[in-house]
Amino acid sequence: MQPAGPSGLGSWFVTRYPRKHFDEAEEFLSKYILTLYVTGTSPRTKIAIDNLDRICKQELDGRYELEIVDVLEHPQRAEDEKILATPTLIKQLPPPLRRVIGDLSDKDKVLLGLEVRSDLPSSPNGST
Amino acid sequence: MTTNNHPAVEKLRTGISSLDIIAKGGLPKNRTTLISGTAGSGKTVFAVHFLAAGIELGEPGVFVTFEESAADVRANMLSFGWDLSAWEEAGKLAFVDASPDPQIETVESGGFDLGALVARIQNAVNKIKAKRVSVDSLGAVFSQFTDQAMVRGELFRIASALKKMGVTAVLTAERTDDHGPVARFGVEEFIADNVMILRNALEDETRRRTIEILKFRGCDHQKGEYPFTIVPQGGVIVIPLSAMQLSMKSSNVRISSGNKELDEMCGGGFFRDSVTLVSGATGTGKTLTVSQFLQGGAAHGEKCLLLAFEESRDQLVRNANGWGFDFEKMERDGLLRVVCDYPDVSGLEDWLVTIQAIITDFGPQRVALDSLSALENVGTIKAFREFVIGLTSFIKHKEITGMFTSTTGSLMGGDSITESHISTLTDSIVLLRYVEMFGEMKRGLTVLKMRGSAHDKAIREFTIGKGGMQMGRAFRNVTGILTGSPMHVSPGDVERVWTQYDKDVGDMRRRSEDRPAS
Repeated sequence: MQPAGPSGLGSWFVTRYPRKHFDEAEEFLSKYILTLYVTGTSPRTKIAIDNLDRICKQELDGRYELEIVDVLEHPQRAEDEKILATPTLIKQLPPPLRRVIGDLSDKDKVLLGLEVRSDLPSSPNGST
Repeated sequence: MTTNNHPAVEKLRTGISSLDIIAKGGLPKNRTTLISGTAGSGKTVFAVHFLAAGIELGEPGVFVTFEESAADVRANMLSFGWDLSAWEEAGKLAFVDASPDPQIETVESGGFDLGALVARIQNAVNKIKAKRVSVDSLGAVFSQFTDQAMVRGELFRIASALKKMGVTAVLTAERTDDHGPVARFGVEEFIADNVMILRNALEDETRRRTIEILKFRGCDHQKGEYPFTIVPQGGVIVIPLSAMQLSMKSSNVRISSGNKELDEMCGGGFFRDSVTLVSGATGTGKTLTVSQFLQGGAAHGEKCLLLAFEESRDQLVRNANGWGFDFEKMERDGLLRVVCDYPDVSGLEDWLVTIQAIITDFGPQRVALDSLSALENVGTIKAFREFVIGLTSFIKHKEITGMFTSTTGSLMGGDSITESHISTLTDSIVLLRYVEMFGEMKRGLTVLKMRGSAHDKAIREFTIGKGGMQMGRAFRNVTGILTGSPMHVSPGDVERVWTQYDKDVGDMRRRSEDRPAS
């Protein structure tokens, strides 16, 4: 079996490492590093932050770090990340890098975009 | 229209001089101009040229790219001599790279805006104190997002944000058809204050680029399509034909045609900044007339340029040797440059730009082109006419004496398409004709037209030999040479006609003298 890029990482760990190592890796990998880019304090910004807060609390159970960046204050960061739309949510870790744009009002799409595996009926990172 | 103090809308000199002519001074300042065109019509080159010309005038610029990556744009524009990286390092140019990154998967969830993009453009403008912004291209923004209505609204926001930044902006947009709606998504033209259209139409199997200013809100511009071309090391060059002013200086200085008798027939030689058309069938001596003209120039220490589209350099040199003109020596002395090429290697617009560049580089006092007829088939008749207008006015502007040749289709008499299209553009016309007399082909020459001067109306016989053209006597007893059916008339008839003519003229004179002067 050929591990298919970053998304095959989970099963690769399972086959190669004993249970103990796997737990440690799992813990590291399941930590979500998120950045949310917003424009100022518009109503849309507020909606996006509220939505994200709720999703993280429900689905990620403390396993995340979130940074909020206002592009009006830090335009260079938007430039470096090549961001056009706000709000944009970027999942830096675990790989792969994913982006979700919009006010995050559609929870399923957010989870799909972030590839949150835990309790989705059909995991996008399932067995190969 | 200017009122007593200043125009309502100020123009920004773009630095693309030919564009500034048709835009009557430049693009409206601090406003947005939409450049719409089909694929391959030169939108990106235009957008970059606008910034490049600004940088040369000391105005920094920001390039926002939605389509090609910044790296691709940098690489592509090197062939135009625009080193974007160097300008970026010097703080004269900044990229806002908004091209899609296929590596990153994006999911849309709920409403969003392009606030980050506006913030990035603002940031880039502030950073280098930009005066110009190019956005390439609006259509590509639509393809990056599924919510088209949102994109529409956001493009309006970007346009108004650009205005607030105090920059003059060029936005490009695609269209699907050269003569259809202004742009693909139907909103682009409402976003910008001004609209210009680039076309790349296929006519008679040749591509012809034109530029048209459709609207300039609140200010004046030239109307209609103008041909333009895109050349390496030059970018966009518009050929502003009808906008050219007939304000050429007119010189009274006479110069030699290289042949004493021909000079006499022209009333003392060609005028310094005149253009002469030499027309004749194949073998009547057009290239000889040209060679003589160049020899005459070089003999007076004038620099001469020969643009030859029919014969190779070696052939020309050999033929000139046969007439006793040493082209190789003239070249060694730096008095002659011979440019030989196949007419089909580039379009007429490109030829015009190339020839102008050669003339500017070499700085000749005389230019000869042999022959215009060879160029006639390169483009459409319209393009050909524009080429001749463009070249003629350029030559006159530079106070250069020009000589063009044109080949007539039939051996005897007749005219050529070339002639009928351009004869009004030239100052003098010299006709070379075969004259069949008593079973022998003779050659005849006449000066048909000589603007601003008296000239010999006779058709003179000439022979070609060592030393060039030897002028003989006038064909006195022949009529119908120009129509191609020469007829010999007896001297008695000729005498009678002239006697009658003198009598009629005398009668008229007397009558007008009888009348009181009004």
